[in-house]
Amino acid sequence: MQAFQLHQPNSVASATQQRAGKDDARFLAGGQSLLAAMRLGLNSASELIDLSKIPGLAGIKVDGNGIVIGAMTRHADVAASADVKRLIPALAALAGSIGDRQVRNMGTIGGSIANADPAADYPAAVLGLGATVQTNKRAIAADDFFKGFYETALAEDELITSVRFPVPTKGAYEKFKNPASRFALVGVFVAQTAGGVRVAVTGAAGSVFRVSAIEAALAGNWSAAAAKAVRVSADGLNSDLHASAEYRAHLITVLAARAVAAS
Amino acid sequence: MTIHISMKVNGKAVSADVAASTTLVEFIREHLRLTGTHVGCNTAQCGACTVHVDGRAVKSCNMLAAQASGAEVTTIEGLASANGDMHPMQAAFKEHHGLQCGFCTPGMVMSALELKGRFPNATDEQIREALDGNFCRCTGYQNIVKAVKAGLAA
Ligand SMILES: Cc1cc2nc3c(=O)[nH]c(=O)nc-3n(C[C@H](O)[C@H](O)[C@H](O)COP(=O)(O)OP(=O)(O)OC[C@H]3O[C@@H](n4cnc5c(N)ncnc54)[C@H](O)[C@@H]3O)c2cc1C
Ligand code: FES
Ligand code: FES
Repeated sequence: MQAFQLHQPNSVASATQQRAGKDDARFLAGGQSLLAAMRLGLNSASELIDLSKIPGLAGIKVDGNGIVIGAMTRHADVAASADVKRLIPALAALAGSIGDRQVRNMGTIGGSIANADPAADYPAAVLGLGATVQTNKRAIAADDFFKGFYETALAEDELITSVRFPVPTKGAYEKFKNPASRFALVGVFVAQTAGGVRVAVTGAAGSVFRVSAIEAALAGNWSAAAAKAVRVSADGLNSDLHASAEYRAHLITVLAARAVAAS
Repeated sequence: MTIHISMKVNGKAVSADVAASTTLVEFIREHLRLTGTHVGCNTAQCGACTVHVDGRAVKSCNMLAAQASGAEVTTIEGLASANGDMHPMQAAFKEHHGLQCGFCTPGMVMSALELKGRFPNATDEQIREALDGNFCRCTGYQNIVKAVKAGLAA
């Protein structure tokens, strides 16, 4: 790996100070995306700021009608959390479906969301449940957070500190795994929330997105058949060696229907 | 840039000044000369480099040594007893032909041992799920599952 400087700050304030004004510095969370990408030459950094020594960034709390998950909470801990399993079982199951055991032992929710990989799982839960991303500067609604291909609303020196998920009336996540990487070829999160029905799709386009046609169908009739009857256009969806855009469009309705049936 | 790190590896306190970019597996193999931990892909795919950090199975090629500073690390060398007797999980791999070339075996054993802490009576399906991040190019996995099952019961 190329040489870099490593900082191991012990507060959010000093971590963000070290990041400020440096194009080529990166926060390091679990490193499961960043370190692998750096070794493959897909990403580079002259300075890494390790967040793992900052106290208080990891942990899961029930807060009123929601669950607050600290940015440095590992996927394995979300999957195993009794509170998450009881209140939002779909979120625990989603975390438990990420990659493999070793990846889940290191990877963090903050890292996954900040990275905004178009095929990552957590973005579907954040958008599907209408979560709120808390940073050192502000609270960002899920609908305003994901901006495009590996792009988010985060400023350079903005650090995610936690994510708040409101408890839905119903919710489920179904993913069609790429069998090699286990990322979502397509993943669909469906939820009945206080703000209405939400359907979020990952893996199918450059970024996670909502499907208003399925949301409208499910708002009138929460059934697998209603989801399946919707035609999703292949326009703008990914075509690659794994699947064509038409195949992905079809999978969206199939997985939405399965998720509704499982909810 | 060099950075000072210290940790416990197989119960022994170690410390060193290393380049910040040193991965945990480089530190284990090249500085500590514990070469039982293998490097297959070096890109977080194959699991050959699996070790325990504070009791959790991780891919040591995808982690900086500095991220493990202050932690307790266990490698395959830390399992056998002082008189050289194999750990029951290692013995089960030998007994049930859970290896052919042996390249993946240290990682398989470390993943299997983490499973023992979580599901001492794991089903075949739970075993396969727990070994999802460990690739074997020789055995076809059948005997690995058998070995892990026996090792969990031992
Ligand atoms: C073999 C393998 C399989 C995988 N399979 C899946 C899968 O099936 N589904 C899936 O969703 N993911 C998968 N992943 C990715 C994994 O979930 C990563 O853990 C996750 O994408 C990034 O989290 P991290 O904590 O490792 O972040 P890092 O790799 O440390 O960081 C990722 C990016 O986020 C930034 N960042 C990190 N934390 C913060 C923060 N708090 N605030 C602001 N910016 C921050 C970093 O600067 C960096 O740019 C896989 C990874 C591997 C290696
Ligand atoms: S060498 Fe680390 S996962 Fe392959
Ligand atoms: S025994 Fe050869 S790779 Fe597993």
